[in-house]
Amino acid sequence: MTPTLQLFLIISAALFSIGLLAALSRRHAIFILIGIEMMLAAANLNFIAFWRFSPQSQPPTGVMIAIFSIAIAAAEAAVGLALVIAVYRHYRTTNVDHLNQLKG
Amino acid sequence: MSKSIDQIFVYAKHWLLTWLTAAPGWIIQIVSSLINIFALLGVFLTLFALMSVLERKILGRIQNRYGPNRVGPFGLLQPLADGIKMLIKEDIVPARADKLVHFLAPILIAAAAILALGVIPYGRNMTPFTIDGGILFFFAVGSTTELAVFMAGWGSNNKFSMLGAMRAIAQMISYELPLIITVLPVVMVVGSLTPDRIVAAQAGYTFGFVPRWFVFTPWGATAFILFFVSGLVESNRTPFDVPEGESEIVAGHMTEYSGFKYATFFMAEYIGMFAITGLAATLFLGGWHSPVSALEFIPSYVWFFAKLSALLFVYIWLRGTLPRTRIDQIMNFAWKFILPMSFTCVIAAAVWHYAGRGLRGWLWSLVVIAIVYTALSMLLDTQRKFAPRVYRFAE
Amino acid sequence: MSSAAVVIIAILTLAAALAAATLQKLMHATLSFAVALVGVAALFFLLGAEFVGLVLVFVYIGAVAVLIVFTILLTRRDVGKDRAANWGGAFLAVAVFGGLTWAILKTQSVAVVAPHIRLVTVKRIGEALMTSYVWPLQCVGLLLTAALIGALVLVMEEKP
Repeated sequence: MTPTLQLFLIISAALFSIGLLAALSRRHAIFILIGIEMMLAAANLNFIAFWRFSPQSQPPTGVMIAIFSIAIAAAEAAVGLALVIAVYRHYRTTNVDHLNQLKG
Repeated sequence: MSKSIDQIFVYAKHWLLTWLTAAPGWIIQIVSSLINIFALLGVFLTLFALMSVLERKILGRIQNRYGPNRVGPFGLLQPLADGIKMLIKEDIVPARADKLVHFLAPILIAAAAILALGVIPYGRNMTPFTIDGGILFFFAVGSTTELAVFMAGWGSNNKFSMLGAMRAIAQMISYELPLIITVLPVVMVVGSLTPDRIVAAQAGYTFGFVPRWFVFTPWGATAFILFFVSGLVESNRTPFDVPEGESEIVAGHMTEYSGFKYATFFMAEYIGMFAITGLAATLFLGGWHSPVSALEFIPSYVWFFAKLSALLFVYIWLRGTLPRTRIDQIMNFAWKFILPMSFTCVIAAAVWHYAGRGLRGWLWSLVVIAIVYTALSMLLDTQRKFAPRVYRFAE
Repeated sequence: MSSAAVVIIAILTLAAALAAATLQKLMHATLSFAVALVGVAALFFLLGAEFVGLVLVFVYIGAVAVLIVFTILLTRRDVGKDRAANWGGAFLAVAVFGGLTWAILKTQSVAVVAPHIRLVTVKRIGEALMTSYVWPLQCVGLLLTAALIGALVLVMEEKP
């Protein structure tokens, strides 16, 4: 039995929801970043699945967009983690609940 | 005759598979993979055992002593004795360690090292795992090693382990960049990421006697040296073994490991070394091609393992002759010299390609590399850097 | 591509992702995150996009996961523990999942099986990158350079 597109979309929806759970309920900045990365991975899975299940296209659009999105996710992770380190240096915490001052 | 000797292992595998013609397709596929895996493990674990004793013997000769010579003829059974000793030692896990991470680190590091071996062509039609992006697979799997080293350092909950892991990651990340960029010119010239295609592109001879290996072009020679040095750093070998410098931080990330787990780390280090030298031979030294056309009757895998052994001998030789460098020297060397030079290799390869891949391209790419090399050495002012050190604290 | 393989890999991936979202220790969560991404890469392999799978492993395990553990190390005072999932976040996540699943199951046009297509080779991806996607490629290069410089500026020691 071969899987249908629905199966992949449901897997991707589940991964997205788990990423959302991590981003919403954790208070540690690095965890929030992990959640966002998981949501991006779920989006990539959707791109690849739609590319595979649609008629052939030249150039392979889904694959290209997934590659670009991975590159952007890497840039986002680098800047995000640099921010975490900068914030930690300043406030000595990475708990986002404690970062409630506009004045530094 | 020579062809059948060349292909003897391929024929043997086909013969083994003829027993299964009645079985369904997926069973044949699994059995075929298993044969490949066992052949790979058998060959490289034997090579690991041999290498560990030969390294000690060669180091002994370099340092004017005998090296191991008690167990078996010429001490060749020493690895067996070592293995038994490692197996019956107590397996110690620190009380404050992160038990799960501590346990998983050696497994992950060994798995990553062995997986990387899978894409290298060991002879004509002898690639265990053919994949479209073979080189990318090699580096994707190899990058897992960093995480494993970090897991070992973190899981041990020991300051020496942590320091060693930090040093290891810092230098591995810094040298992974030049390692990949020096592969780029080869990939660019061949137009493929498949190791088989890269080897096939190096067949034949210029003027009838110079093999068409990439190491004989200026960009290839430069890239090969840079790749070799970066590989040396990636496998944490002397003179770049600061992550496990015995005289400074006990054994780095392996401090809290004992018995068989320590042996697994040791094995992973050696297998990683085989993988990186194997890739160097594939990319720059023509893979399994013979250097002289008159010697083509010698089977292809013999040539491959001859090149591998020659490179491994250089590893041992360097370990016997060079002292350990400091971590700041390693990092400076990576970012200020090796990285710009590897980008130059990419440009020189492009020049070589567009000047017609002949003698003219050869000269032009040499000019490019020479200009950048001279400029870099003037800019970096090496005279001052390597002047006698002033000791401020330890007098 | 068989359903059994997809379902097994998906269960492993989602279990690892759930562990990453709920485990208390930061280091364990990060390692589970790495496992989840290897699972996603395996799904890419099953879908025939080998190159993207390899790039995913390369970028996420080789760079992002290592960056995260490095950051955990540098912000060590906070490493202790984080509270696990709270009820509001869990409720919202389940609601989003339910809504998406309902929409996917209702849509008939996505209940298709994969057509036979020529697998995408690295060569074709390279040609596409250098022809029709050359502008996006340049923009990503610019973005990565900007990210590199931005990250450096952010973590530079502040002058007193």
